[in-house]
Amino acid sequence: MSYHVNGKTFSNEPAPGQCLRTFLRELGWFGVKKGCDAGDCGACTVWLDGVPVNSCIVPAFRAEGRRVTTIEGLAKDGELHPMQRAFIEAQGFQCGFCTAGMIMTASTLNEEARQDLPRFLKGSLCRCTGYRAIEDAIQGKKSIEDDRPGAACGANLPSPASEGIVTGKVRYTLDTGIEDLLHLKVLRSPHAHARIVAIRKEAALATPGVHEVFTWEDVPRRLYTTAIHDDHLVDPDDTYMLDDVVRFVGQRVAAVVAESEAAAEEGCRRIEVDYEMLPAVFDPEEAMQAGATVIHDKKGEDPFIRHYGRNVLIDVHGGVGDVDAGFAEADAVHEAEYASHRVQHVHLETHQTITWLDEQQRLNVRTSSQSPFIAQAKLSHLFSLSPIDIRVFCERVGGGFGGKQEVLTEDLCALATLKTGRPVQFEFTRKEEFVGGPGRHPMRVKVKAGARRDGTLTALEVRIVSNTGAYGNHAGETLYHGCGESISVYRCPNKKVDGYAVYTNLPPAGAIRGYGLTQPIYAVESAMDELAGALDLDPTDFRRLNAVRPGDPMLSMSEEPEDTEYGSYGLDQCLDLVEKALARGNGVAPPEGEDWLVGSGSALAMHDTAPPTEHRSTARLSFGADGNYHLAIGTCEFGNGTTTMHGQVVASVLGTTASRVRLVQSDTDRTGYDTGAFASTGTSVAANAVRFAAEALRERILDFASRHSGASRDACRLDDDAVSCNGSRISLSELLAAAREEGQQLEVVRKAHGAPRSVAFNVQGFRVAVHRVTGEISILQSAHAADAGTVINPMQLRGQIEGSVAQAVGWALYERMVFDDEGRVVNPTLRNYRIPAFADAPRTEVFFAESRDAVGPLGAKGMGECPVNPVAPALANALADATGVRFRELPFTPDRIYRRIFEHHAV
Amino acid sequence: MNLNTITEVRRVTGRGNEDFDWRDGDGWLAGGTWLFSEPQPHLRRLVDLHGFRWEPLVVGEQGLQISPTCTIAQLYALEAPPEWTAARLIQQCCHAFLASFKVWNTATVGGNICMSLPAGPMISLTVALEGVYTLRLREGGERRVAADEFVTGDHRNVLQPGDLLRSIELPTAALRRRTCFRRISLTHLGRSTALLIGTLSPQDGAFMLTVSASTVRPVRLVFDQVPDARSLRGRLRETIDDSMYHDDVHGAPDYRKHVTYHFAEEIRGELSRAA
Repeated sequence: MSYHVNGKTFSNEPAPGQCLRTFLRELGWFGVKKGCDAGDCGACTVWLDGVPVNSCIVPAFRAEGRRVTTIEGLAKDGELHPMQRAFIEAQGFQCGFCTAGMIMTASTLNEEARQDLPRFLKGSLCRCTGYRAIEDAIQGKKSIEDDRPGAACGANLPSPASEGIVTGKVRYTLDTGIEDLLHLKVLRSPHAHARIVAIRKEAALATPGVHEVFTWEDVPRRLYTTAIHDDHLVDPDDTYMLDDVVRFVGQRVAAVVAESEAAAEEGCRRIEVDYEMLPAVFDPEEAMQAGATVIHDKKGEDPFIRHYGRNVLIDVHGGVGDVDAGFAEADAVHEAEYASHRVQHVHLETHQTITWLDEQQRLNVRTSSQSPFIAQAKLSHLFSLSPIDIRVFCERVGGGFGGKQEVLTEDLCALATLKTGRPVQFEFTRKEEFVGGPGRHPMRVKVKAGARRDGTLTALEVRIVSNTGAYGNHAGETLYHGCGESISVYRCPNKKVDGYAVYTNLPPAGAIRGYGLTQPIYAVESAMDELAGALDLDPTDFRRLNAVRPGDPMLSMSEEPEDTEYGSYGLDQCLDLVEKALARGNGVAPPEGEDWLVGSGSALAMHDTAPPTEHRSTARLSFGADGNYHLAIGTCEFGNGTTTMHGQVVASVLGTTASRVRLVQSDTDRTGYDTGAFASTGTSVAANAVRFAAEALRERILDFASRHSGASRDACRLDDDAVSCNGSRISLSELLAAAREEGQQLEVVRKAHGAPRSVAFNVQGFRVAVHRVTGEISILQSAHAADAGTVINPMQLRGQIEGSVAQAVGWALYERMVFDDEGRVVNPTLRNYRIPAFADAPRTEVFFAESRDAVGPLGAKGMGECPVNPVAPALANALADATGVRFRELPFTPDRIYRRIFEHHAV
Repeated sequence: MNLNTITEVRRVTGRGNEDFDWRDGDGWLAGGTWLFSEPQPHLRRLVDLHGFRWEPLVVGEQGLQISPTCTIAQLYALEAPPEWTAARLIQQCCHAFLASFKVWNTATVGGNICMSLPAGPMISLTVALEGVYTLRLREGGERRVAADEFVTGDHRNVLQPGDLLRSIELPTAALRRRTCFRRISLTHLGRSTALLIGTLSPQDGAFMLTVSASTVRPVRLVFDQVPDARSLRGRLRETIDDSMYHDDVHGAPDYRKHVTYHFAEEIRGELSRAA
């Protein structure tokens, strides 16, 4: 039998049950990606005899004798296919993991199909972009601008990875062929709470191809947290790599290492486990009651746990002023509880790691993480290895959204390599993302707010109960964050905050875009709308009146200010911009028929530009003999766009083009320390390190040029690839050669920290149509204003905002992880957990406030995360405006909202 | 995804009448788009139906004969005779797939029917068009079964292990009826929460309403003529017990019932204006 791929013939034979996707990857065509492995996402799209198919659901043998084309075969004779070029010109990607499949789909569409993209792209999911940039690419719109020396800041420059992404050549975590590779699979708990009485692994070990079976008896008995923070003390050490107690359905019970995935899977099936069932609790309020089953009984072991007998991991209580007095002063008091549910990141690249030992017997870890450095520290802790003996690095990461601020695959993979001496791969399935990966903390938030007749807030009281699931990773920090900006954004003399993070027997929650803020902001911003309504005031005016302005202290839980300052302030502009956009309208009419109710609503959000816990980054920048600047920075690229932006910062400071900046990233061996790419730190911290380095290198170069040329220092300035000294140009290469002769390098290292911090603002507005009978919601208009400070790359920033809005629309309208009575995830697939497809994502008008931040790099503030915050409440407020019915429980799927609307409008 | 427990694919030839020596762990492989989308640890051997090379579509005097291995793309591309007014349901039902056109290139009509999901649009289509299925029985011989009696519940049908759906026939009379189609899903173009089809005979004014997706199995209500609103509601109530409304993440049962009644009335209204 023979297989023809991209013009080459292969005589390899697929396994009988093998799908085409894995077969093509085995042949080295790594452009064929796995997003879902079930035919839902389209990341694996290839052509069979010119016809696009999802290669993950095509039996490999069916390709025999047929022509297979992958993304690598699309360009002809070195010429990019027009669709590849179009995706570069419109920058129709962020992380790029869906791009190969997207292009292999889009390039087959005829003119008629291009007019019906909602239908023809419904099997092509992108989690990053919100689809506008993809539509632009397919329709041939160009967004990128020329890269001119010294003009990088503010220019729409493309990602340096563009060509690699559209040709499938960019390497993600598993896109490498490694000899002798072993595969690791995990047996997961079928029970929500049980003690493991016995595990028999003999039958598994006897499975042909199986090398090792690890259970709790085989791993270091060392507590840790899977959460990634520089300061590991902010999360409880409540986790063992493998434990003899399982606390949620899906918890790891054993790991099998084998020659193939097939053998590892078979090994898992043959492990026999005896469980002693323990009572399980899923509701945090029940878990907090005396007498509830105790999920972590580690008295004395983990000092972090606050009330171990009541499953309260941490509780926080605080406030300012006197809320009782404040409510007494109020003319109107609104009180209600708002519930946010568990949602998932659905980064298209699942968690995955490859580990091996190099010639020096150092542990190498190639992983899909948002923080290689903290992963290194954790592995060092777990295996008692010196960090020097561990290298952790990331290739391009296929999306993160906070889900990879967690060590979920690296540890077992490392254990397997350390035990076997062989390279080992551990790749999460899509299902494992849902059952064994993090998600958003479900929170119930009770808000009581009072105001005088003129709208002035007199008291604000918030009680948050957060369900952290079976482990406390990120529980404390998300709770603190939730108790912060959602409340401190309002100027109110009397505030009271109570927060609880509670253990239950659901899968552990974790970090996710918004980091504990989306849930309380949904509650507070809904409540503000309701309170304004009770006073018959315009909700936007109400927010204008009460939101903080520069000079106001930003207070929530105590009178003591934090290290946050008004580095800039654009909230007033954002409120105006969205209000005007909604008033202007966009000409989109509701769908036909008399049953559509129309209304609009908006919400605001404040977000600290950096996390409160320690965060630092190191940038090393040099000018090299190849005529380029070389930047080494520890932060990762997973579609957040920091690579492009860091290049622009360097080019801008050094008066050159971004194309002259080469980056090395996210590698503990090759870059300085970086805490990780989360909490918007790619801009606020890493880009500041880059800026400091670029400014220092500029000084070094100009100093040297001045000495070298004899021109006065003031008469020297950088001019692209040269220094202009009194009007004469000396090339940087000449200067470098001269410097090297003196034993000097044109190289600097600079660090930046996460303090001081500034605040960024976002305002979202929606106009929606809601069907009176069916409860369907159609978003007619979406407008978002961002206070991002200096906009370094408007096109890219717009993309981050559009993608954030689309993701948050998914969380508010479509996505919901459903658990059965025994704590099992009912819908761990993308066909049953529906993230927005092309047809579901609104087109968002994006506006930028004019501001320049005193703290951020070149005046910029991070925007990869915070635009999600105001989306759900803006939808809730628009929904209430349209229907006259207030919904206080997310998500707003038609089947959950129709009844009250129908009854309210019964004819 | 890889189906790692599969040790053999039997690639058949002939017309499908031979003995397959069916045994535990065997599974029929048509397009494979569902089979390869979920773990199938119980399967050891796949019997590949592609080898039969059945004619995908045969248009004749009697109506339309569809082979189970006909792909959705082939069915979608059918150029039906102009007098087959109901043929537009083919496109409408294809668009009701959650799966994209790329999946249509390999997914089959028979696969969708035999998977027997409440939201299977090929079930909706063939029930509404009064289809008759021919089954090839494992023990030999054939059996004909009306499309509306084939699916018995969520993921359940009348097939016994080793039985095979051999062909689907849609009669000309049904293909000449007027039609009215309604569908809803919780996301745009998502999996059907309810899919209702009304048909009206241009000869005698007989009316038929097929309820699918909202119920665990398809239900067809037959009337001599378009009923009034009250009798339609009455028949729905009599025929579809509340427990028959499907409950999963694509729609709560009370909602499915609500939209079923709503669409039924819309269809009744539209076809009574046409009658």
